[in-house]
Amino acid sequence: MSQKGVNLDDRYFAGLDSGTSTTKAVVIDARKGILGSFVRRSGANLLESAEIAFEEALKRARLNRDDIEYVVATGFGRRSISFADLSKTEISCHSRGCHHYFPEEITVIDIGGQDNKVVKLDAGGRKTSFKMNRKCAAGTGAFLEEMAYKLDVPLHELEDLARKSSKGTELGSFCTVFTATEVLDRIRGGKRLEDIVRGLFSSVAKRILEMDTLTGRVIMSGGVVAHNPIVAEIIGERAKKKVEIAPHPQEMGAFGAALFAAESQAAEPTQENLLPISRR
Amino acid sequence: MTEKKLLRKPIKAAKQLGEVMRDYSYRMDRISKGEEEGKIAWCTSVGPAELLCALDFEVHYPENHGAMLGSTRLAMDYIPLANAIGYSPDICSYLTSDVGCYLKGETPLSRAYPGIDSVPRPDILAYNTNQCRDVREWFEYYGREFNVPVVGINPPHGLREIVPAEIADVVQQMKDLIPTLEEVSGQKFDIDKFRESMRLSRECSELWGHVLGLARNVPSPWTFFDGTIHMGPAVCLRGSQRANDYYQILKAELEERVAEGVGAVEDERFRIYWEGMPIWGRLRALSEQFYELKSCVLVSTYCNSWIFSAFDENRPFESMAQAYTEIFINRSEPVKERYMEKLVEEFKVDGIIFHDSKTCPNNSNSRYGMPQRLEKKLGIPTLTIDADLNDLRMYSEETTRTNIEAFIEQLEERE
Repeated sequence: MSQKGVNLDDRYFAGLDSGTSTTKAVVIDARKGILGSFVRRSGANLLESAEIAFEEALKRARLNRDDIEYVVATGFGRRSISFADLSKTEISCHSRGCHHYFPEEITVIDIGGQDNKVVKLDAGGRKTSFKMNRKCAAGTGAFLEEMAYKLDVPLHELEDLARKSSKGTELGSFCTVFTATEVLDRIRGGKRLEDIVRGLFSSVAKRILEMDTLTGRVIMSGGVVAHNPIVAEIIGERAKKKVEIAPHPQEMGAFGAALFAAESQAAEPTQENLLPISRR
Repeated sequence: MTEKKLLRKPIKAAKQLGEVMRDYSYRMDRISKGEEEGKIAWCTSVGPAELLCALDFEVHYPENHGAMLGSTRLAMDYIPLANAIGYSPDICSYLTSDVGCYLKGETPLSRAYPGIDSVPRPDILAYNTNQCRDVREWFEYYGREFNVPVVGINPPHGLREIVPAEIADVVQQMKDLIPTLEEVSGQKFDIDKFRESMRLSRECSELWGHVLGLARNVPSPWTFFDGTIHMGPAVCLRGSQRANDYYQILKAELEERVAEGVGAVEDERFRIYWEGMPIWGRLRALSEQFYELKSCVLVSTYCNSWIFSAFDENRPFESMAQAYTEIFINRSEPVKERYMEKLVEEFKVDGIIFHDSKTCPNNSNSRYGMPQRLEKKLGIPTLTIDADLNDLRMYSEETTRTNIEAFIEQLEERE
C-alpha cells in the first residue's frame, strides 16, 4: 500500500467542470494551491474531453493520475464523468471557489456558455439564495458567440471592439434571435460596429441585473468574464457598485470542485482512497 | 444483469384505484354509446359537481383528461394542432392539448381501456371560473363543437376576505343553473338528493384531507407524486360512494405505514413543499430524482385543492358556494401566504419549490414576490422552477435537475 496521504504535501485532488462550451480541469494540493489546470472545448464526447483536460492538467502539475486521491465533477456534463468520485452542481462549485478567495458575504455572478447564475453567500460560504437563467440562453456566452458569428467578428475581438466605443447602442430584446434582427436594424441605421458590440455586452449585463439584486461584495466568475472583463465594468456601471473578477474566473467551477474533493470526508486518508484510482 | 433499483415505494392500493377509474371510464363510455341509460355532463375540476350528481349526470372532467395527456406526453403531439386553429401556445396547455386531441379524434383513454375510442359525448357543459377564464373558453369551444348548452359560474376573484354578498352572488348563479340542468337531465331537481351528494362529497373531502395530512408524519408515508395519481377519485368521483370506499382502502394502507414508521423515501432527509401545478410529463423523473436525493416532496397546494372543508349538507347551496369560492387559487396573496405558512409549519417543511408554469399564470404563485416574502418570514429557502404543466417545450431537463440538486445542496449546507 502506498504511504501517500500521511504527509500533507503528498495529497492531491482534482476538480473537473464539464461545461456546455468548455471543459476545465484543476489539480490542487492539500494546501489548496493550484498545481495545474487546463481548458478545452467540450465537444460532443464529454467524457473524452474531461479525460483529456484531466491528463493535461496533471501534466502541468507534474503528477500522474494515481497521485490523485479524490475527483469531484461539476457542470452540465458532471454525470458523464464516470471516473469522478462525486458530483456537485456548478452552482455550489463556483460558490465554493469564490468563497475561498472572498470569505465574506458575497454575490457570485457566473456567466457560462449557456447559463447564468447569481448566487448569494453568507460569510460562512453558505448559499442564502441562488438564481439560474430561465430556459433561454439570452445573456450567456452562447448569445455572444451567436452575435459574433452574425457580425462576422472573431469572438476574441469583441472585447477590444467594445472598448473603442464611447456610447453603446441600446438593444431592447430578451431574445437572442430577435436581438440579431435588432442588430441588423442598427447596422442599416448606420450605427458603428464598436457601439453595437458594446450594446451586446450591455445586453448581457441587463440580463444579469434582472435576475437578482447584488448585495455584499460582488464577484464574477465564468468564461465570459475571463475573456471579456468589460462585462464586469458594465454591470458595475449599471448597478452603481464595484464588481470584481475572481482569480482564474474560467476555472473557478473546477477549482471549487477540487476544493470539495479536498474537503470531502472520503478524502480523509483511508485505506480505500489511498489506493490509486485505477485499482479502486 | 442487475435489476434497476426501484426508486419509489409502490402503494398497493394503486390496484383498486385502477379498478375504480376503469369502472368510471367504462360506465361513461357505455352511456355515451347509448348502451346504458344516463346523461353526461362535462365539468371543471372545481366546478359544481354535486349539483350534477344530484341530477344523476355522470361527470367527465376535461382537466383530468388534460392531465392524462400530460403524463402520457401525448400533449406534445396535440398542442400544435390547437395552436394552428388559433389557440395560443401561451394559454392553458390543458386546453390546447385537449382540443388538439379532439381535433385528431383520439384519446389516451383508448390505450388505458380497450374499447373506448373517444371521450364521452357531453349532453351539457358546466364550468366555474374560480380557477381561471381558460376553462370557460375551453368549454365554450366544445359547446360549439357538440352543439350542447354551456352553463357556468363566474365568481368574484382574488379575494382577501369573503363577504356574504359574494356568497349570495355565487348561490344565485348556482340556482340559476338548475332549470337548464333539469331540462337536459329530464329530471326534477330534488334538494334531498343534492344534500346527499353534498354529504358524500364532504366525506370524500375529509378522507382526502386525512390521507394528505398523514404526510405530517416523519418520515412521510407518501409523496406529492403519489398524491397526484391517487387524487383521481377526489376529482372525478366526489359526490359518490365509490370515491369514499377507495379512500378508506388507501387510508388503511398509509396508516399502516405510519404505524410501522415506513417512509416513502428511504432515509428521508429533507421535506419539501411543492407549490403550483405538477409537471405531468416529468412526474416520474422528478419523483426519482428526489428519491435519490433522499428528499420527500410531501405537501402541495395542488393536491390540497380538493379538500372542501366548508361543505355542509344542511346548507348545501351556501356551503358549496363558500367552498368553491374560497379555494386557494381564487385568493389574494396575503391569504395564500398565510395558508402556506401554516402548512410549512405543520408538515415540518425544509424548503419550498415554486413551479412557475408558463401556461398557467393563475396557478403560478412565484410571480409577485411571494417566494422572497416567504423566505424572509419563514427563514427557509425557496426555489422557482420554470416549466409547464403539459407543454414540455417550456421545460429544460438539465436546468431543472441542476436547480433541484443545487437546492438540496443548499439545504445540506444549513444542516
